[in-house]
Formats: sequence, C-alpha cells, structure tokens
Amino acid sequence: MIIETQNLTKEFGSLRAVDSLNLRIREGEILVLLGPNGAGKTTTVRLLASILKPTSGRATIAGYDVVEEAMIIRQMVGFLTEFPGLYLRMSLGDYLDFFGELYGISREKRRRRSEELMERFGVLDVRGKRLAEFSKGMRQKVALMRALIHEPQILFLDEPTSAMDPHSAKMVRDHICGLRSSWHTILLCTHNLAEAESLADRIAIISQGRIIALGTPWGLKRQLLGAPLFELRLASPLDRLLSTVGEWVEIEEHGPTWFRYRTLLSEEVNPLLLHRLAEVGAEVVALSEVPRSLEEVYLRIVEDGDGDTLSA
Amino acid sequence: MEIPSRLRVSPLAMSKVASQSLARALVITRREVCDSFRDWRIVTPILLLTLIFPWIMSLASRVAANFAVAYGVADNAATIAQQLVPFSLLIVSFFPISFSLVIALETFVGERERNTLEPLLATPISDGELYLGKLLAAMLLPLVASYLGLIFHLVGLRWTTDYHMPAQAFLQVVLLTTMEALVMVAGAVVVSSHTTSVRAANLLASFIIVPIALLLQGEAVLFFWMRYDVIWLMILGLLIVDLALVRTGIRIFNREEILARQYDELTLSGLRRSFSRFWSSPPGQLSGLEPHPLTLGSLYRNHLPRLLSHYLSPLSVVLVVMAGGLLMGWAFAIRYPLSQAGGLEGLVNSDLGQEWQHLGVLPGLNVWAIFIHNVRALLIAAFLGVISFGAAPLLLLLIPLGMVGFLLGQASSVGYSPFITLTAFVLPHGLVEIPAAWIATAFALKMGATILAPPRGLSLGEGFLLAMVNYLKIFFLLVVPLLLLAAFLEVRVTPQVALWLLGG
Repeated sequence: MIIETQNLTKEFGSLRAVDSLNLRIREGEILVLLGPNGAGKTTTVRLLASILKPTSGRATIAGYDVVEEAMIIRQMVGFLTEFPGLYLRMSLGDYLDFFGELYGISREKRRRRSEELMERFGVLDVRGKRLAEFSKGMRQKVALMRALIHEPQILFLDEPTSAMDPHSAKMVRDHICGLRSSWHTILLCTHNLAEAESLADRIAIISQGRIIALGTPWGLKRQLLGAPLFELRLASPLDRLLSTVGEWVEIEEHGPTWFRYRTLLSEEVNPLLLHRLAEVGAEVVALSEVPRSLEEVYLRIVEDGDGDTLSA
Repeated sequence: MEIPSRLRVSPLAMSKVASQSLARALVITRREVCDSFRDWRIVTPILLLTLIFPWIMSLASRVAANFAVAYGVADNAATIAQQLVPFSLLIVSFFPISFSLVIALETFVGERERNTLEPLLATPISDGELYLGKLLAAMLLPLVASYLGLIFHLVGLRWTTDYHMPAQAFLQVVLLTTMEALVMVAGAVVVSSHTTSVRAANLLASFIIVPIALLLQGEAVLFFWMRYDVIWLMILGLLIVDLALVRTGIRIFNREEILARQYDELTLSGLRRSFSRFWSSPPGQLSGLEPHPLTLGSLYRNHLPRLLSHYLSPLSVVLVVMAGGLLMGWAFAIRYPLSQAGGLEGLVNSDLGQEWQHLGVLPGLNVWAIFIHNVRALLIAAFLGVISFGAAPLLLLLIPLGMVGFLLGQASSVGYSPFITLTAFVLPHGLVEIPAAWIATAFALKMGATILAPPRGLSLGEGFLLAMVNYLKIFFLLVVPLLLLAAFLEVRVTPQVALWLLGG
C-alpha cells in the first residue's frame, strides 16, 4: 500500500474534523473521496500532504510518516488545493518556474518541464500573459500544472474540475486518466458524482470525518441498490407470456410490451432468457441494463450515515 | 520523480543545510519583492518618498533653521536650529519604512485571504524559511528606499544648510530605522494571526503604529538633547523587542496555526463570549464551555486562591526583582551618602517633596489622592507591560523599592537603625501596599509575557484575553481593596507610628 492511515484523527478545538480514519490506497489507484461540505475531505488531504498534523493516529505515504518525515512527503506529492490560489500579477511561465524552484528543480529542467506541461494543457501560447487575464477554468489548469511541476508519483487533487467549463473539465479528466495509465496514485476529492464514477477505481464516502462506505462504484451500487436491473422490450404485447416468463426470472415491474427483472448472473441468465423467448416465438426488440446513478447510492449512504462502515 | 531516500544529515552538512534553507527563503523573498515592484500603489509612493520628499525636507530644514536664527531669543538659537535637523532625518527615514507594515500585512494576511498561501504550504519549504523569506521581502524595499532617502536628505542638507551630521547620530538613525521596520513587520505577523482579511488587519495595525509613533517622539526629544547614550539604550531595547517579536512570529507562523486557526478572528461578539467564559471558569478549568454561576463568595473562595497558585512563577520573579531593587537602592546610598550634603535630615527637611508635588508626580497626603495615584500607577504599568512584553511593570516597580532601599541605606550610613526607619516610614502601610503592588506586577508581567508565549492549546488572542481577565480579577477583587486600605494606613497610621518611634 502506498498510502495507509491508521485511526487518523484531527480535532479543531471541540470539532472532530477527521475521526479514526482507516484508509489503504494501492499504488496506481485512483481513490475518490466523496462527501458533503464539511465532511472532512479537505482536512484528510491536508493531513496526508503533511500540511496539518493529526491529533492522533498516523499515516504513511510510501512508508514515510506524514508527521516525522513531512518534508520528504511534501517533496514527493503533488497537491492541487481547493482554490487555485495563483499569484495573479505573475506570468504563467514565471509562476511555474517559481514553484519549480521551491521544489529544488534545476533551471534547465524547470524550463523543460514547464514547456512540456504548458504544451500538454494547450497554454503554451499564453505563457507570457499575466495570470490575472486567465479565465477561471484556465486558472484551475495552471493550479494543476503547479501540482505536477515536480513530476510527483502521488497526487492529491481537491476539486480538480470545479469552476471549469465542460471542455476544460474533460481535458483535465482525460489528463487524470493519462496519469493513471502512467501508474500515478491519485486521491481525488470531488462533489461531482459523474466525475467520481468515471475516474474512480474505488470510492470512499466520508461523512462527519468518518468513512461510511468504501468500494468500487459497481460494488457500492450493487450493495446499496441491489442486483443489476434489466429491461426487456418485445415487439408484441406481453399478456400471454407474462406467467411463462415469470417462471424463468423474477419480474419486478412490467408494461404492455416490456418487463424488468434483477439478476446477479446476467451472463448466464440473459442468453438463456433470449433463447427461451425465441423458442416460444416472442420477438425481442431490446434488452438493456437500467442505468442506476451513483447519486442514488451517495444520497442513500449519506442519509443513513450514522451506521457502520459499508465495504463493497 | 523518484521517491527520495531517507535523509541523513551529518553535523558537517549543517552549514550546507543552512545555506539551502536561506536559498529557499530567498526564492520567496525574490518573488515577493518582484511582486511589490509590479504594484504601482506601492512603488509610486515609495519613489516619491525616496526621491522627492527628502529634498522638500532639506528645504524645510533650511527654512526652519533660518527662522530659528532670525527670531530666536536665546544666544544659541543657531545651535537649537541645528539640533532640530535630526528630527527631519527621523521623518525622512520613517515614512518609507511605514510601507513595510503595509507590505507585511499584505504578504501575511493578504496571501491567506486570496488562498495563495496553501500552495506554498504544500511545498517542501519549512515554516521558518517561509517566515524568513516573507520577513525579508516586507523589509527590503522600504528599507532600501529609507536609506536612499536618508542619503539624499543629507546631501540636500549639506547643500542647503551646510549641516554636518555627526557620524554617531547617522548610525543611530540608520539602526533605529532598521529596528523599527523589523518591529512593524514582526508585529504584523502577530496581528495577522488574529484576522483573515487585510481590511481587519489594517484596523488592528494601530496596535503597532501607536507605540511606534510614541517611540518616534521620544527619539526626537533625545536627538534634540543629544542624549546619544540613551539612544543606544533605546536601540538595544528595540533589538530585544525585535527578537521577542520574531520569536513569537516563528511560533505562530506555522502551517498548523495558519490553517487550523483560520477562523480565530477578533470580533466583538467572540471577544465577549471568550471574556465571559474566562471570567466564569475557575483558573485551570477552561474546558467547561458552560459558564458557571458566579458569586462574589465563590470568586474569593475559589478563583483567587487558585489564581495565585497558578501564578507562582511570575510572583517569584517579581519577588526577586523587588529584593534586587531594595539592594540596588541600598548600594546606591552607600556609594552616594547624603551625609556629605546635609544628611538624612537635610533630605527630610528639604523642599523636595513639595517640588515633586508641584510637578504632579506625588499625590497629596490624603487617602483618596494616594489611592488614586497608586491605582493609576499600577494600571499604567500594566498597559506598558502589554507593549513591552511584561518588562515595564518590573522596571517601574524597581523605582519605589529602590527609593526605599536608598532611604534605609542612608539611614544606616548616618547611624539610624534601618529597621526603625523601615517601621516608621514604610511598614505600617507597606505591609499592605507592597504585596498589592507585588501581585499586580506579577499579573501584569504574565499578561505581557503571554504575547511572547501563549499558553498551550490557546491562540495568542485567547491566551492574552485569559491573562487580561486574570489581571482584572486579581486587580479589582484583591489589589484595589488592599490599595484602599494601604492609603488609609499611610495617611492615618504611618505618620503616627513615625512620630511615636522617632519622637518628633
């Protein structure tokens, strides 16, 4: 495990922002932290980035303790903060150069790395412009470039696509996917459920500083919403077939020409069902899985958030 | 980037580590100074104050000097005019460095307000390096402008008035300017820990500007009277204040404080809540958020004894200082015996007491006047203690105890019993008044020292507020009644005891 926490806790006075957090992230994995405002996502990331010190418990990144070896951790990870927080009077080139210097990168390497990033994010032609002239989305891109300037293997991204237009957000998401393929480990905080579902290897849902659900998007859906739901549409009315089909699968709901059923064994059940329908002369128009949103899962978990941790 | 191997720092590599630290701090400094140069709102006034203002002041100095010579009544009018010139130097040097406060508030609070600080905190730069880098950045441009302004002004003075600045005075102006710039910048860091907006920080900056303005007035008087020896002491004092403020700054400017205490803002309602909580909680029991029901009896039975037991360290320090004051007075009396100039009787029979009363330094001999005088003196000492980190009350307490020691020493040197002298003039009211002053000074010392070292678990503001509440509790519940009793004894009992013992 490249990132590991053991009962990680952070208190601000009487407020417990992170409560006995236990998390293990594999190398090359993208773990998404999902949670409502004030759930403790940003505090968790700050603890792991060695910006805050835990009140109790411990965390390690690549074996380094986040308290004892904070400087090594900061050198090792890239952190995209919740707000871009740019120096608006600086030009893009100077800005990246400044942060590169703070990471101790040589002048020549800084120049090469900055150009590479600017080219990848499509901003090479505005390198001399002051950051004040950049749009919100552009500023977020610059912040992401800042987090990548020292080529970190581990990235903490706090709301990476917030305030971005759809095109820029897609560019950033594609870039994150690219980082996954180059074996980067990413911990990403977001409110964007679609983004979480599309990027996450695993999702941790956090509420009141505790992880209340952890698993793959598919696993969480299955556990919370039950077995996958399928819908089958026929060319002719269902009336005479309903009782027959009811013997093959458990029908959950139906209409004049369609019915829905659940199964965990879709690879076996669906071909068999189609085969039997063909045998009785029923013409099948479509068979598809009914999409179930992560939002449904998320809301259900957060509303029942006081219970035990759900693993999937 | 590869994950770095574990660092091993040998003692031999320490100097390399230090130079790397400085290099990282200077990266911050360079960026901030460049940023200041990009802001015309900072550059324009600094340029004006560096290039134009010194020439105007040179001309003004010539006009003032000519006026003093033309209309001066004294024979040494020209000398007086010359003595006014260093004041213009102080002004010329101070105006540019006043921008260091503005820049410091901008760089420490402004960064937090604009959310630009957290990306810096995520880099491998230590809190100390970041603090040093920002400290230098806030001071550098205003100080260079100030030094240049001084040089331009001196050149102008030479040209317009043929004034020769004594080298010592010039050096002192340069040092004072540097120390004051550091006080303002380091003070700005302390202020910045109590606010999340530049606007609020600017309002709180009056806590820095007011003492500095008072200091400037003092410097002007000292330069006028050419008391360069006292100015050196002042520079030393400023250096101590600088070191103390920098120490406090390093303590409060760290990632944990900046991010964890980002809502530690001074608001009237927040202050009122904290004040009420501190007032109603027995000392050492701040965890209870619900205010306890308070009665006068519980304050005296519960709070005061606990307070005194919590303040054993400052009480001990003050006790040692008091003993030192007595001994110093005694030693002074041995070194300068009054018997050579009329003896103790001479001192007692002299008009000195009446003259001091004319000056308003000593109160009249009635209960109310003595009581008000003592209350006022202790409150002023406490106020000065806040801006001197607790040093002023201690130094002020040395004066009366030094006088008592001096009196006893003189009495001893002319053959009187020091014990009888003490019993006759001091003890009847001193038995009450001295403990009152001792306790009040210890609490004032703690209040000032809290700024340098806030209690664990409390922010600087909370720590100071707690120390102030403790001071107020002890002052009104214990010190004031004691002072009232002491004043009564001083007027009604002490003279009778003195007459009875000395047979007057």
